[in-house]
Amino acid sequence: MKLRLKIWRQPNATEKGKFATYDMDNVSPEMSFLEMLDSLNGTLVEKGEMPVAFEHDCREGICGSCGLYINGHPHGPQKLATTCHLYMRVFRDGQTIVVEPWRARPFPVIRDLIVDRTSLEKILVAGGYISVDTGQAAESNTTKIQKENADESYDSAVCIGCGACVAACKNASAMLFVSAKVSQFALLPQGKVEAKRRVQRMVARMDELGFGNCTNSYACEAECPKGIKITNIARMNREFWKAKVCGQKTV
Amino acid sequence: MTKLDSKIPQGPLAEKWTHYKEHARLVNPANRKKLDIIVVGTGIAGSSAAATLGEMGYNVKVFCYQDMPRRAHSVAAQGGINAAKNYKNDGDSVFRLFYDMIKGGDYRSREANVYRAAEVSNASIDQLVAQGVPFAREYGGTLANRSFGGVQVSRTFYAQGQTGQQVLLGCYSGLCRQVDLGTVTMYPRRDVLDIVVIDGKARGVVARNLVTGVIERHAAHAVVLATGGYGTIYYLSTLAVNSNATAAWAAYKRGAFFGNPSFVQIHPTSLPVLNEYQSKLTLMSESLRNDGRIWVPKDKEDKRHPNHIPEEDRDYYLERRYPAYGNLVPRDVGSRAAKERCDAGYGVGPTGLSVYLDFKDAIQKQGKKAIAAKYGNLFELYHRVTGSDPYEEPMRIYPAGHYTMGGLWVDYGLMTTINGLFAIGESNFSDHGANRLGASSLMQCAGDGYFILPYTLSDYLAAEIRTPHIATDDKAFEEAEKNVTGRIDKLMKVNGRKTALSFHKRLGNIMWNHCGMARNEEGLKKAYDMVEELEKEFWKDVRIPGTPNELNQELEKAIRIADFFGLAKLMITDALDRKESCGAHFREESQTGSGEAQRIDSTYSYVAAWEYTDEAGTPVLHKEPLVFENVELKERSYK
Amino acid sequence: MIKQSSLTKKFIMAFAGIFLVLFLLVHLGINLFILPITVNHQEIFGQAVQFMTSNPLVKVIEIVLFLTFLIHMVYGIILQIQNWIARPKRYRREGWSQTSFFSKFMIHTGIIILIFLVIHFINFYFVKLGWTAPPTGQAPVLGDHDFYHMAVNLFSNTTYAVIYIVLLILLGFHLSHAFQSAFQSLGLNHSKYTPIIRWLGYAYSVIVPLGFICIPLYFLIF
Repeated sequence: MKLRLKIWRQPNATEKGKFATYDMDNVSPEMSFLEMLDSLNGTLVEKGEMPVAFEHDCREGICGSCGLYINGHPHGPQKLATTCHLYMRVFRDGQTIVVEPWRARPFPVIRDLIVDRTSLEKILVAGGYISVDTGQAAESNTTKIQKENADESYDSAVCIGCGACVAACKNASAMLFVSAKVSQFALLPQGKVEAKRRVQRMVARMDELGFGNCTNSYACEAECPKGIKITNIARMNREFWKAKVCGQKTV
Repeated sequence: MTKLDSKIPQGPLAEKWTHYKEHARLVNPANRKKLDIIVVGTGIAGSSAAATLGEMGYNVKVFCYQDMPRRAHSVAAQGGINAAKNYKNDGDSVFRLFYDMIKGGDYRSREANVYRAAEVSNASIDQLVAQGVPFAREYGGTLANRSFGGVQVSRTFYAQGQTGQQVLLGCYSGLCRQVDLGTVTMYPRRDVLDIVVIDGKARGVVARNLVTGVIERHAAHAVVLATGGYGTIYYLSTLAVNSNATAAWAAYKRGAFFGNPSFVQIHPTSLPVLNEYQSKLTLMSESLRNDGRIWVPKDKEDKRHPNHIPEEDRDYYLERRYPAYGNLVPRDVGSRAAKERCDAGYGVGPTGLSVYLDFKDAIQKQGKKAIAAKYGNLFELYHRVTGSDPYEEPMRIYPAGHYTMGGLWVDYGLMTTINGLFAIGESNFSDHGANRLGASSLMQCAGDGYFILPYTLSDYLAAEIRTPHIATDDKAFEEAEKNVTGRIDKLMKVNGRKTALSFHKRLGNIMWNHCGMARNEEGLKKAYDMVEELEKEFWKDVRIPGTPNELNQELEKAIRIADFFGLAKLMITDALDRKESCGAHFREESQTGSGEAQRIDSTYSYVAAWEYTDEAGTPVLHKEPLVFENVELKERSYK
Repeated sequence: MIKQSSLTKKFIMAFAGIFLVLFLLVHLGINLFILPITVNHQEIFGQAVQFMTSNPLVKVIEIVLFLTFLIHMVYGIILQIQNWIARPKRYRREGWSQTSFFSKFMIHTGIIILIFLVIHFINFYFVKLGWTAPPTGQAPVLGDHDFYHMAVNLFSNTTYAVIYIVLLILLGFHLSHAFQSAFQSLGLNHSKYTPIIRWLGYAYSVIVPLGFICIPLYFLIF
């Protein structure tokens, strides 16, 4: 396959970036997108140029490191797949592929296609946990949890923190990410104790970090590589309501 | 020569840990604030340890090379986490779990450590559940279990096919809580390149900030390595592409002994190598073997489509060779059996290096729906990567480098031979002997981090309460920093023609062919020379563009690969020394008539702990004899 | 207002929106009597106008309605500005994701509806207050409260009728996203009921504007 790549190049956070064009002649449809970039980088390095910096680690779709905005889609056109699981067979011979970093104010570019996503962690630090000290847990089976709830909690918990929802959202909103964590705990009895405090603190931190507002466009759900549902967002809205209206004090 | 002291507590096996805890020294809560601890690595072991230590009141600094701890490769563990809860009422117990691990490890692990790992396993499950880890449940609301390779009970807790992710996120949430409370400080995007030892005690690390390239000094009263395994030495493995041995290797060079470096588990059910560009072998969970049947054609020349090969022309070789365990034999046995068939010419696929994993019968019996509920995500994954639909035709699988049982040698308190330097999780050698059973890795990591290290580290730190904060202007820091910058400069100056990746591929090839699933003296010796030659070429011909003072992924790769050469040689040396077959270490010279691994207990019932001498010198072997008081050494049979 | 939580702002938007949705129904109910749907339609219309302009409770609701419009508008603008700020550098190849399509244009349709609202006020409400002159045409307007003839005059004007129709189609677009979005913002998403709400929303966003459109169409055709 022959391909033309237009890739965002930016040496660091402060310098301005621009698109660079690379023509690739020998792309195999069996390559993953990242392997294709590896191969481009090999050529660049041999020429003594700086390779395209991009993040990747597990390459099996679970660590959430990789994340490229490819032809208008976070993680590319393949549904329910991370960039590392995007295979070149989905592209046409001769196609032009535009590769951009995630764009959002809370995700500043570090280099080329690498952005700083630690703002996602900052939201989790504000309450994405259940406060239980090590060794204080009761025997697990003393608390029974309805299977449907446990399963739904799991479906929310599979978020890999890649930030595709933010990248896809026209408002750069992190609602899907935050609500997945809020939902995971809201669905479990263990999580109920701190539920009010959790949702208020996490939402406040999310706003503070400069993410946009949710306008229920649902691009996040369409692009989430793990199939996280927007029902999580509704649940978070409910939880927030409950906390604001019924909570004794505002956190 | 340092004498190895494993410091195993006295007393009966079942009471050792209790005895240890009751007599360990403690640190007063007021004093804990004054003590700094560095934790390197944020997988399940690192995160759980850091969170627990922070919770106790220590000052914890956590390092990882990713942008966030949640990306550590524990996240990729699929199958489950073991515990001796006996929820299935099928005769499980702490002793049974211990016994299975000892046997599964082919009697090359330390009884006391393994027993302790089994003992704390139940508490780990309770802890994780309390933290909101959504394990699978029964309709009655209790936790569900499934069975895993190499055992006859159902003791594996799971969260569909992403248990590692869920367990890691549970530990990570605890870590987030401590960051929120201010007891833990995160240092992400750092590569720890050297360990600083002052007066025989680990006192800090030298790390490279991967964004700015700045070399940083960080001091502490103790250092904990939770850096995982070194399976990426094979280039193609189930590990994360950036997983590396650098911090552990630096510790080795500073005096920490390396235990059983050649013990590497090759996982039997990975996607096969599909093409030359491949950068990664994706694991297909072992749980697939619960319902999938593994086979190859009976006739080498049978090139029919698998769906057209009738039952009578199929060789279900695992069921044939191991009727008692069938497709659920331990990983090493399953991997070797696949290799045996492929080497004999029965392999399938374009390369002949894969076997079929077939769900036809399971789908017929249980229905497509039931199978989809259990393995739906794995089937999708397989379909996406290979383009073939496992509901319609059998999967093709082949073994891949997966887990390193070997690692830094530690005593009962998880301390390496450097005082104050601890190693937990996969980075130590301690619990899995020569082969690890499925779902016991998460168990060990959570146990080490939550319930073991906090005690043993406190015991060590009790003697440090009078030591003030360590200053980073000590000579040892200066020397370590010089060592690191010198090495980076040397790498940058090579200015050759080839990419670091190309060397990694070649190294991986050598190791896979000669120090992988089967080893022999001739091959190992040849491999040693080849590695040495490749290393020389690397230092003459590697090319790293850019400068070290910026985000430079080529430099990161080169630093990691440079360390792999030394480690590869150590692995080969260890494999050469151990002339027996045991667990995953299969020496072709030592096999039974039917091709099974042949242990030689009289000579090799020891842990090989290697001491670094200098760059050129051969490492010195120290032997920790393994004493079995509670189990009888038997031939490991799964027939 | 700016400092309020993003979720609070969304709740307020949703509440205001739902109130406006209800208002539209009442408005349409009355407007339909401009058409000869009954023999004495003109009389009923007149009575309804009389009720709406004189009942004290309606006066109170009227104030609430104005406030609702204002809040919906101001919050909408604040949210949009914040959303633009959240992505300072846009993509070269912008969002091809599958989304609730009209959600992308809520600010645009919203602003157009606002402009229409101003015209609408000039034509009717301000006339009632005596600030502006009633729209003139073939039909003689009998006083400030003779909305029937004002409407007839306006709708008989082809240009006005066409603009009116186009704007109501845009209102339909706005509503088609808004209806279900309001429920989502309020956290009312349920596997059983959300499909019904969505269906209702689409039905509403077609039927209500269509109802309004019938009136100028009638005057254009007959």
